[in-house]
Amino acid sequence: MARPPQDDLDAIIVGAGHNGLVTACYLARAGMKVLVLERQPYIGGAAVSRRLYKDFTYSNCSYVCSLLRPEIMRTLELPKFGLQVIPYEGGCTMMQDGGHLALYDNHDALRREIARHSKRDAEAYDRYSRDVMRQCKFIKPLLLREPPDPTSFKLRDLQELLYLGKRFHGMGEARMYDTLRFWTMSAADFLEEYFESEIVKAHFAGSSIIGTALGPRSPGTAYVLLHHYMGDIDDTVGAWGFARGGMGAISNALGASLQASGGTVRSAAPVERILVKNERAVGVVLEGGEELYAKRVISNLDVRRTFLNCMDAGDLPDEFLTRVRNFKIRGSSGKLNIALDGLPSFPAIPAGSPSIRGDMHVTDTLDMMERAYDDWKDGRWSRAPYIDMLIPSQIDPTMAPNGKHYMSVFVQYCPYELAEGPWNSERRQAFGDTVINTIARQSPDFKDLILHAEIRTPWDIENEVGLTEGNIFQGELTMDQLLFNRPVPGYAQYRSPVKNLYMCGSSTHPGGGVMGAPGANAARAVLRDAGRLN
Amino acid sequence: MSVAVRYDCIVIGAGHNGLVCAALLARAGRSVLVLESAEAVGGAACTREFAPGYRVSAGAHLLHMMPSSIVSELALESHGLKFAARSMPTSILTAGGAPQTLGTGLSQADAAQFDAYNERLARFARALVPLFSSVPPRLGTEDWGDRLALLKLGWSVRKLGRRDMRELLRIGGMNVHDLLEESFESQALKGALALDAVLGANFGPRSPGTVLTLLYRLAGESSAGIPGHTLAQPAGGMGALSEALAKAAAGAGVAIRTRSEVRRILVDDDRAIGVELSNGERIGGRAVISNADPKTTFLKLLGAAQLDTGFVRRVHHVRGKGLAAKLHIALKRPPLFAGATEAQLRGRLVLAPSLEYVEHAYNHSKYGEYSAQPALEVTVPTANDASLAPGGHHVMSVVAQYAPYALRGGWTEAARQGFTNAILDQLEALAPGLRESIAAVQLLTPLDLEASFGMSGGHWHHGDLAFDQFLMVRPVPGAAQYRTPLPGLYLCGAGCHPGGGVMGVAGRNAAAQVLKGAA
Amino acid sequence: MSADTSHFKQPLLKTPFHERAREISQVDSFIPWAGYSTVDVFTTMEQEYFAIRNAATLFDLTPMVKYRIAGPDSQAYLNRLVTRDLGKLKPQRVSYCVWCNDSGHIIDDGTVFRLSETEFRLCTAERQIDWLLDSSIGFDVTISEVTEQIAALALQGPTSCAVLKALNIAGIERLKPFELGQFALGSMPLMISRTGFTGDLGYELWMAPEDAEAVWDALMAAGRTRGIRAIGSSALNLARIEAGFLSPNVDFLSAEHTVRIGREISPLELNLAWLVDFKKGHFTGRRALVTEKERGPRRLLVGLDVAGNKPAHNALLYTNRAGRREIGFVTSAIWSPTCKRNIAYGLVDAPFHALGSTLWADIYLHRELKWERRMSRAQVVDKPFFAPERRRATPPADF
Repeated sequence: MARPPQDDLDAIIVGAGHNGLVTACYLARAGMKVLVLERQPYIGGAAVSRRLYKDFTYSNCSYVCSLLRPEIMRTLELPKFGLQVIPYEGGCTMMQDGGHLALYDNHDALRREIARHSKRDAEAYDRYSRDVMRQCKFIKPLLLREPPDPTSFKLRDLQELLYLGKRFHGMGEARMYDTLRFWTMSAADFLEEYFESEIVKAHFAGSSIIGTALGPRSPGTAYVLLHHYMGDIDDTVGAWGFARGGMGAISNALGASLQASGGTVRSAAPVERILVKNERAVGVVLEGGEELYAKRVISNLDVRRTFLNCMDAGDLPDEFLTRVRNFKIRGSSGKLNIALDGLPSFPAIPAGSPSIRGDMHVTDTLDMMERAYDDWKDGRWSRAPYIDMLIPSQIDPTMAPNGKHYMSVFVQYCPYELAEGPWNSERRQAFGDTVINTIARQSPDFKDLILHAEIRTPWDIENEVGLTEGNIFQGELTMDQLLFNRPVPGYAQYRSPVKNLYMCGSSTHPGGGVMGAPGANAARAVLRDAGRLN
Repeated sequence: MSVAVRYDCIVIGAGHNGLVCAALLARAGRSVLVLESAEAVGGAACTREFAPGYRVSAGAHLLHMMPSSIVSELALESHGLKFAARSMPTSILTAGGAPQTLGTGLSQADAAQFDAYNERLARFARALVPLFSSVPPRLGTEDWGDRLALLKLGWSVRKLGRRDMRELLRIGGMNVHDLLEESFESQALKGALALDAVLGANFGPRSPGTVLTLLYRLAGESSAGIPGHTLAQPAGGMGALSEALAKAAAGAGVAIRTRSEVRRILVDDDRAIGVELSNGERIGGRAVISNADPKTTFLKLLGAAQLDTGFVRRVHHVRGKGLAAKLHIALKRPPLFAGATEAQLRGRLVLAPSLEYVEHAYNHSKYGEYSAQPALEVTVPTANDASLAPGGHHVMSVVAQYAPYALRGGWTEAARQGFTNAILDQLEALAPGLRESIAAVQLLTPLDLEASFGMSGGHWHHGDLAFDQFLMVRPVPGAAQYRTPLPGLYLCGAGCHPGGGVMGVAGRNAAAQVLKGAA
Repeated sequence: MSADTSHFKQPLLKTPFHERAREISQVDSFIPWAGYSTVDVFTTMEQEYFAIRNAATLFDLTPMVKYRIAGPDSQAYLNRLVTRDLGKLKPQRVSYCVWCNDSGHIIDDGTVFRLSETEFRLCTAERQIDWLLDSSIGFDVTISEVTEQIAALALQGPTSCAVLKALNIAGIERLKPFELGQFALGSMPLMISRTGFTGDLGYELWMAPEDAEAVWDALMAAGRTRGIRAIGSSALNLARIEAGFLSPNVDFLSAEHTVRIGREISPLELNLAWLVDFKKGHFTGRRALVTEKERGPRRLLVGLDVAGNKPAHNALLYTNRAGRREIGFVTSAIWSPTCKRNIAYGLVDAPFHALGSTLWADIYLHRELKWERRMSRAQVVDKPFFAPERRRATPPADF
C-alpha cells in the first residue's frame, strides 16, 4: 500500500454538528489547521434554522438553547459572531379539563400560581429548587472535564478520581446521601417527595423524559430534572432561552468563529469511510471517492455511525464493536414544525399571561406521561403524547412574517420502529394528526391557522440529520451510559481504539442537548495528545 | 421514666432476622429476650394451615439466600432443620408445550451464551457478597473504619480485573431487559431470567436498577452455595426453618415470648430503655433491637416525637408498598402440567413467557391495577413433602405479580376474586383440569401480608430494593448501619441493608453493631 | 383549585391597611415583604425612627406569616418543633422561639402565642407549611395558615399605652410584657399582645381584616395628640438593631434555603443558646446541638461597637489593622441615633468573639461617587444596645 500523500491538515472533523464545530473552533484557535466535512449542504446538524415554508424559519430539530455552556460562548466569541440568546418569559402545562399550571419568573406570582393547585406544594417548591440547585452546583464543574477511568491506575485518572471524590466528600455526609439518591431515583419518586398535586408533579417531570426512552417512573430519570436549572446555575442573566434567529444561529456563529480563526468547513461533502492505515486514522474517503488526509480524524457522528458505518470492523477490537452495537441509541421523540397564520388562542391560559411566551406542555399527570411511555415500549406512538411546544416567533421577530407564527412541537414518545410496520407517509400523517388533535383540544382555532406542518418521526430525523434512530442525545442518558461508561467503558475520554481517531459528539460525556461540552472536552483531549495544551 | 433492666437486649419480632440476631447476641454472652406478637415464631417465614388439612409456607416459600455460614454457625440442621428438597431446578412454563428446565432446549446461540452469562453474573455476585454481607460504611465521616470499608469495597470490585470491573460498572445500573437482549434470543428464556430480577421488586424488566436486584438475588445465593442452585424447601415448610432458628436461639440462652405484642419502645433521657407490651407490662433492656420494618419501628413503636423532622420525613418517604401476592391452592389430586416431569414438578416453575409479558404485567401495577396476566412463580410443596396435605392431596404455592398494595378501588371481594381468577386462568391453561381439582384457595394480597405479618405495605423486603434505597441509604440515611438516631435502639429487619428474602444477613450485621455498641 | 389567576399581573398581595398607607405615603416607597406590598418609608426614615423612640408608631405587620396550630397534641408538637420548652408557656402568654432542622441549623425564628391549652398561633417571617406539616407526622394536630384571615398592626413607642387607654381599651395597662389579652374596640374584638420588634414599650394588635381600617383610623385619631405616625420597614430596622433583634435573610439564612455548603447557622452560633432547652425532652436538632455544645460553636454572632460614624455595612472582619487574617463579617450595621454609637452585628469565628475583644472592620465608603476604604476598630460588646426601662414597666407610664 502506498503511503498516504502528505497533507498539512492537522485534523478532519466529520460532521458539522454543534459539537464538531466547537471542537474545530478550539483546535483552530490553538493553531491547528482543521477541516470540517458536512454531509448536508448546510451546517449545524441538529442545531439548524431552516426555511422550509415561505418566509418562516424553523428550528426544525433542537429548539431550545438551555445548556450551551457560557464558557464556550465566551471563549469562542459567539456573541461577536451573531449569537443572541433571549430568555423565555414563562411556561405552562395545560390539562384536559381546561385547567393549567403556569410558570412565572416572579417568585410571588409563582407561589400563588402553584398554591392554586396546592398551598403546600407552593412552599415545597422552594425546597425542591434548593435541592436541585445543590445538585447543579455539584455537577457543573464536571461537565467540562474528562471522566476518569475508574479501572485505571494512570496518574491523570487517579487525580481526576481524587478530584471527584473530594468534591463529593466536600458536600458533607447528609448531602452525599441526597446526591446518591438523586442520581439514581426516578423523577416520579423524587417529585413525590416534594409535591402532592398531580399537575405540579407532571409539569416538573417533563424535562426528565424529553428525548429519553424512559418514563417518569424509571429509576435514573430524576437527575435530568436539573437540566431545567442548569441555565440558572451560573448566576448570570440570560443564560438560556431562544437563540435569536433559531437554533441555526448557534451553528452559524460557530461557523463564523471557526472561519475567523482560520478553519474551513466543506458542506455537501459526505464522508463515506474513515481511513485507517497501520492502525492509525489518517483521513477520510468521501462519497464519490475523494480521499482527504489529516494528522487526526475527529468524528462528530454518534458512535454507532462512526464505528459501524464508517469503519472496517477489522480495524476495531471485537469487544469494542460489541459494546458499540450494544450502545443504546433509541428513537423516542418526534417533532412537528408548524407555520401559523396567526397566534392560536389557548382558552386555558388567562389573557395576557406571559406563560405562552415560553415552553407550553400538554399533560395531566405522571400516570398520563407513563402511559405515553408504555405505548412507546409496545412500538406505538403515544396515543396521548407528552407535548413540549414553543412559539418562538412571539419573542423573536426573525422567525416568521409579522403577525404570523412559527410553532415548534416536540413530542414524547414516538418510536423509531413501529410494531405495525415501517414508517410511511400515511403513518407519519397519522402520528402528526394525533399531535395536532392533542393541541387542538387546547386551542379551538389552532387547526384553522395551520399553513404548513412538517412532521418528523425518529426515522426522518435519522435520515436527515444522521442521528441513529433519531435519538437526540446520540445515546440514552442512562446510568450504564454516563460518565466513564459513555459511550464505551474504557473509551470515555474522547479517544477510540484507533490511534488518532477521536470522538466529539454527544455520544461522549457529558451527553446531549446543545451544550457543546463534548466538543470542548474532545478538543482538550486532542490538544493534550498533541502536546499543545497550555 | 425508669424501668428495671432485665435483659441486655430486647428483640422486637421473631422473624428470621430477629432470631438470627438474638441467637448471635446470646452466643456472645448477652442476655436476650425476643418478643413476638404472633402465636408462632418466624414472621413471614412460617407454615400455616390455609384450609383444613392443607399447610403451606405462607410468606416466602423457598429458601435460597441464607448464607451457609449462618446455617452452620447456628447449627440449624442439628436444631431440626431438614430439607425436603435442595438444588431445586427451575422450569419455564410455556403455553402449548412441555415445561423447559432452565438451561435446556436452548438454541445454539443461546446455549453458547448461557453458561458465560451465568458465570459472569456469578463472578459479579461473588464480588458483591462482601458488600451485601457487611455493615454498609457511612460516607463523609472521619471514621477510619468507614474509610477502610469503602476501600475494601472498591478493592473487591477492583479485584475482578479490569474487564469484569468495567462490565460490572456498566451493567450495574442497567435494566435486565437490555442485559438479556444483549445476551439471548429465546423469549421464554429472557422472560424467565427477567422474573428473577423483578420478583418482590417494584420494577418491570425495563426498569433501570433491575440488574442490581438480580445481582442481589445472586449474591444472596452465592453466599448460600452456587448461584442458581440453592433453591431449597425445608421439610415442614418455612416454619420449620424458623423453629430451628428459635431452637438455636433458645439453646444459646435466648428467652422467646410469643403472643407478646410490643406497644411501644420506652425512652428515657434520649435513650431506648426497654419496651412496653400491649398488656401494659414494661420490660427494661440495655438495647432494643427491632425486627419490624422501619415505618413500624420509627413511626408506630418509637413515635415521631423522639425523632427529628427531617428523619421522619425520610422514613415517611420510604417506598415499600408490596406488589407480590401469594395464592395458595389446595388440590384434590396432583397438578398435571402438560408434559411436566416429576423432577420439574418438584422444582420451581415460572410463568413469564417473555420480557414483554412481564413488562405488561408490571404496567398495570403502575396505575394501581392488578396484572391482567400475572407473572408467576409456582411450587408444589407436596411434591417434595407429603406431610403438608391429606394423603394424595396437594398444595400449590404461587407468588403472583403484580398485585399492588394500593389497588385502585381497594382489594374488595370482587377484586380478590378477579385476581385469583387471573392467576387460575393462567394455571388452568398450563395444567388443564386444575380448576376442577381445587378444594380451596387462599389469596394473600400485600394488604393481607401486612395484616398477618405486621409488615407495613406488605412488602417482603420491608421497602423497595432500588439504588436509592440501598446500601448506606437503606432504609434511610441516619439509620443505615443498624443504629438509629436514638441511642440504644437498633434495627435488624429486611428494611435494613441488604434487604429481605429469608437471608438473615441483616440480623447478623445488626448483632455485630449491637456488640460494637457494647450493650 | 382556585380560579383566580390575576397574580401574573399583580404578584404582590395588598394588606387591609394598604389604602390607608397609600393615602398618607409621601414618597411612594413600597417594597415586597412575604408576598405583600408594604411601605418602606412614609415620610422620612429619621422622622419615623424618632417617633418609635419618642412617641407612638403604627407598623403594618399583616404580612407576618401566621399559623393556627390546634389539637390535643399541639403543645407536644410545638415542643418537638422549637428549641424552647413551651410546656412552661401558660395560656395568654407569648414566647420568642427558633426552630432547627436535623443538623441543628436554624430554619426560622418567630413568636408563639398560646391562645389556650390546645390552641397556638405561630408567627414567622417565612412561609413554611411544608416543614410544619412534615413535623406533624405522628401528632394529633391541625395546622393551617391564617395570614390572610388576620390583620395585624404594631403600635410601638413610649406613648403607645396612652393611645390605647384613650380608646378605652379596658385593662390594657395591666398587660405585662409577653402577655396577650382579648379586648374590644367598640364592637370590634381585638387581640392585643405586649410584644414588638423595637425593644421599646409597645403592643401588637390582631384583628379581623374587615375591622382593619376602622382600627387604624381609631388609633390615628386617638394618637394625634400623642405624636402617632405610620412607619415603614426602614425605620423599624434601625430600632430592631438597637434592640438586639435578628432579622431573617439579613443576620441568618434559613437552613431550608441555603444552597452552598456551610451557609446554615445554629442557634448557638447566633448567640441564642438561652433559647435552647436541652432538658425538656426531644426536639428536632437536639442531638446535633448537644454535639455542637460539647464541641463549642465555631463562630458566634456578637454585637460590635465600631469606631467612627460610618455604618460597617457588609464589612469583612479581621484580627488586625493590616487585614491579614479574616475572621468574620458584619451582618447588620447602623449608626444608632439614640445611643449615638456606630453599632453592628458580626458573625465572628472562635476564639475571636470574646466580649471586649478588638477586631477590625473593613468599611467601604461611597463619598460623592468615590469609593474609599477604611479599617475601623470594632469592639465586641453586649447586646442589646438600647433597652429602656419603660419597655418592661407595668403599668406603663403615659410617655
